[in-house]
Amino acid sequence: MKTKVLAIDDSRTIRNLLAATLEEAGFEYHCAVDGREGVDMYPDVDPDVVITDINMPNLDGFGVIEELRGTGINSKVPILVLTTESAPELKARARGAGATGWITKPFDDASLIFALKRVTGAAA
Amino acid sequence: MSGSIQDTFFEECEELLEATDEGLTAIEGGDHDSEVVNAIFRAVHSIKGGAGAFGLDDLVAFAHRFETVFDEVRSNRLDLDEKLIQLLLRSSDHLSALVEVARDGGQVDEAHHDTLLAALDEYIPEEEEDLTFEPMGLGGPAPMMDLGDLGGAPAEPQEETYRIRFQPLKEMYGTGNEPFFLFQALKDLGELTVTMDENELPGFDAMDMAEAYLAWDLVLVTKETRSKVEAVFEFVEGLCELSIEGDGDAEAEANALAALDAMFSAPPAAETPEPDAGSAVPFEPPVPAPEPEAKPAAAEEKASAPKAESGKQEQRGGPKPTLRVELERVDRLINAVGELIINHSMLAQQIANLNVSDTRDVETELEGFKNLARDIQEGVMAIRAQPVKPLFQRMARIVREASAATGKTCKLVTEGENTEVDKTVIERLSDPLTHILRNAVDHGIEKPEDRESAGKAKTGEIRLSASHRSGSVCIEIKDDGAGVNRPRVKQIAIEKGLIPENAELTDGEIDNLLFAPGFSTAREISNLSGRGVGMDVVKNAVTGLGGRINISSAPGKGSTFTIILPLTLAVMDGMVVSVADQTMVVPITSIVETMRGSDDMINSLGADGTLLSIRGNFVPICDVAGGLGLYRESEQQAGVYLLVETETGQRCALAVDDIHDQRQVVIKSLDGVCGDIPGVAAATILGDGKIAMILDPESIIAASPTAAAFDTERRMSNAS
Repeated sequence: MKTKVLAIDDSRTIRNLLAATLEEAGFEYHCAVDGREGVDMYPDVDPDVVITDINMPNLDGFGVIEELRGTGINSKVPILVLTTESAPELKARARGAGATGWITKPFDDASLIFALKRVTGAAA
Repeated sequence: MSGSIQDTFFEECEELLEATDEGLTAIEGGDHDSEVVNAIFRAVHSIKGGAGAFGLDDLVAFAHRFETVFDEVRSNRLDLDEKLIQLLLRSSDHLSALVEVARDGGQVDEAHHDTLLAALDEYIPEEEEDLTFEPMGLGGPAPMMDLGDLGGAPAEPQEETYRIRFQPLKEMYGTGNEPFFLFQALKDLGELTVTMDENELPGFDAMDMAEAYLAWDLVLVTKETRSKVEAVFEFVEGLCELSIEGDGDAEAEANALAALDAMFSAPPAAETPEPDAGSAVPFEPPVPAPEPEAKPAAAEEKASAPKAESGKQEQRGGPKPTLRVELERVDRLINAVGELIINHSMLAQQIANLNVSDTRDVETELEGFKNLARDIQEGVMAIRAQPVKPLFQRMARIVREASAATGKTCKLVTEGENTEVDKTVIERLSDPLTHILRNAVDHGIEKPEDRESAGKAKTGEIRLSASHRSGSVCIEIKDDGAGVNRPRVKQIAIEKGLIPENAELTDGEIDNLLFAPGFSTAREISNLSGRGVGMDVVKNAVTGLGGRINISSAPGKGSTFTIILPLTLAVMDGMVVSVADQTMVVPITSIVETMRGSDDMINSLGADGTLLSIRGNFVPICDVAGGLGLYRESEQQAGVYLLVETETGQRCALAVDDIHDQRQVVIKSLDGVCGDIPGVAAATILGDGKIAMILDPESIIAASPTAAAFDTERRMSNAS
């Protein structure tokens, strides 16, 4: 079974980068273009891990985390936050909302895979 | 079109820059709504994010400052006053320039870059400013970095034994972190032994399910650095009690320090992820968004029908769901439709050749075929059609830049932004429009003080509008400046030998002299509206698109440029004629009237020139066969005249042998097939499968000695 990733990002570039890296590494890749779509897609995709951007229209990354954790859909699924800033307060806020970890943009293949490894145990 | 991720990035940048421009224009217009500010913030942020992935450091750095200022605005720590808005507009323009440089190469205006950075910095509070100098992704020891790459540290990696005590707090379990996965990640680093410590586990009755009781003792033997080991626990830092002890900790620390040193002297993680050919196909959500608002604001409506929507399609609701398709596929479809139309005319011709007495039924079906083919053609054309809005938005920038460079104040007002035009036309219209607008600011709009003394508003207005007009697209550029300085234009034309000294020209003729090759009215060549590049270049670009350009002007009130373009570059209405036993096509748009001539209508001019007299007026006759260097084998003489009018209002009668038909023809470019043939614009395939040349009346007339002689004569006689 491939590990299923649901990536939520409003930037097509970032989505493509994630798709290229993750599919190459053998993950099953799904994506949503904003937080609302991501939360809506969640039950159907039933991912093993969620990667979400912070700044997005309709519902931002914090909102995604809160909804996924709060509505009891799943309080266990690892959620990684994609952020350009490595500011501690941003990480703290994400963690406070229930994020599992973070990936700093720009990311390289190795750090992306390493982050996924630490929250899903899977390298693919 | 290559599907590489970097291409996607630049495509996306275009959309994001449009969104930024759009938002800033709204803000400039007084709409300081938080959603508008947020949308701009997100757009700039996305540009930064993407640029980071490709190591475009200048772009990242600038976008970061820009974004930081916006963050201040959206947190209500900054007021959007006029000065800030102007700075943001200029920054947005500069951001576009940086994207362009990143994409196409070239130089950024360094001084301008630094000025803007400094100006933006003034709006950024001190403590945030520190952030801007922090290389992205390297905040602190950046445990996310793949330190394995830093093995270049001088010391040969030594095997090391780490004893790790890991005791999660209950908070950790709420974040989705699992000890088991962390151990798996550790196991990748070397040899791992895991011992679970369940001493604190209470009896079953006393157990609180939300509490964390377990701890682990781990022994890891690895050649990896200590920071690499610590990185595994990055996400649970503060959510657990953790101690990591190495055997030779002193040595390990030295290693870690060396690694850190290497990190800070090494460039940030800027290496571009290898865009792999196999996985580089742009990936879109497999399911189209069910709700309209679930799409990014910048998503454009590519596939909306131009006819029904044009002009009135103001932003209503959210954008519709769209489908992104490679341009090449659309073009293949367009070609196929072209073939279909040709196929129809062939079929029609063959049926006519059959000599069947009753073809009514077949003809009805054939008519249906024709209508369907036309429907498909229109549908496909609609796919290629795009609103002119992005183009117009770029023009706002041109006007701003030009105003700043000339010290004039002007604003650009746009109308009909949703008018849809063929993609290629939009692309090729950018340069001519830029040129006209720069000219309008540079030569048209007066200086603020001159405007005031003329009783006009200080701020000049340039109105850029697009509309559909009976099967063509009309783009109008209207300024409220001083209008064409006719005495000056005429004087220059005489100086440059474009017209005889005593020529008597109508106002319209003088205005049109601006389009004459090499004409430039600027007393000294301003570096703004081009270095000696005249409006003739603009005119060539427009005629190259099968369009026409006109100017009208009122002294003291301003000038208007009107560009008329065909809706599509693929098909046109043409008149099928024969010339010296060859079939040719003349574009309908250039024909004013057709007539069959009789001997008494023909008068001679000079040695071998002839004039056609039409209702008392003389028009030079231009023999198409002669102009193209063709010789008639048969007896037939040119006896049919197509009256055409050129841009400058010059009339001419093109002499052909016969007119056959008037029909839609598919334009096949001759580019790359043969060189530039004077008088021939393109080719087409007719119903009988023969290839016919599509003529370019303008260039035939330009090459005709009779027309030239007559024109000079006319000017001279007007003068006397």
